[in-house]
Amino acid sequence: MMKHRSHPLWKAFLLHRISGLALALFLPIHFVILGLALEGASALNTALAFSELPFVKAAEVGLILLLAIHLLGGIRILILELTQLSWDQKMLSRSAFGLSAIIATIFLWSAS
Amino acid sequence: MIDARLYLLQRLTAIAMLPLIITHLVVMIYAINGGLSAEEILGRTQGSIGWAIFYGSFVLFAAIHGAIGFRTILYEWFVPNITVCSVASIALLVILSSLGLRAVYAVTWL
Repeated sequence: MMKHRSHPLWKAFLLHRISGLALALFLPIHFVILGLALEGASALNTALAFSELPFVKAAEVGLILLLAIHLLGGIRILILELTQLSWDQKMLSRSAFGLSAIIATIFLWSAS
Repeated sequence: MIDARLYLLQRLTAIAMLPLIITHLVVMIYAINGGLSAEEILGRTQGSIGWAIFYGSFVLFAAIHGAIGFRTILYEWFVPNITVCSVASIALLVILSSLGLRAVYAVTWL
């Protein structure tokens, strides 16, 4: 009954939903921190200082990974739904995940 | 009918956001190099009409896209009552757009 859940495209569907949900829940925090600029640069700098903490940096890399996964997974869905292209969807979803990991790695490299 | 329109609106906001997300990713990778500072961020964005339009439209597209997706996930996985899910998604739309536009104002207004 649950056999479909081992299918790569079911995993891609799940990953797209979870990454989207996580991004929607993160955005209010992101906006509140940037809104600190209304109180001046020092208030924003105090919040940004936390971004140097290792676990915050790890979370940032995680968010970049989720954003890239949602972006590239979304492009796959748009190609599937809106075009006549009959590309291999399993290959596309794996490529999307691989490219997302590369983007997150580049961010980590730039941040360190 | 409303579901078909929301489906279409979610795809349209997704397409509109493609260049915005790619630009945001590139700017973040560039900006994080050497650490983040308020001066660096505000030096780039304050007084810039271009960044205000970029981030302002990004916030609105993301708020609409996120609220529609949230409604679907909430209904299919957690709350099988579409009215409750619609109210919750409108609440998310209001929260995301108001906090988001406030943030855009904070970093772009001189």
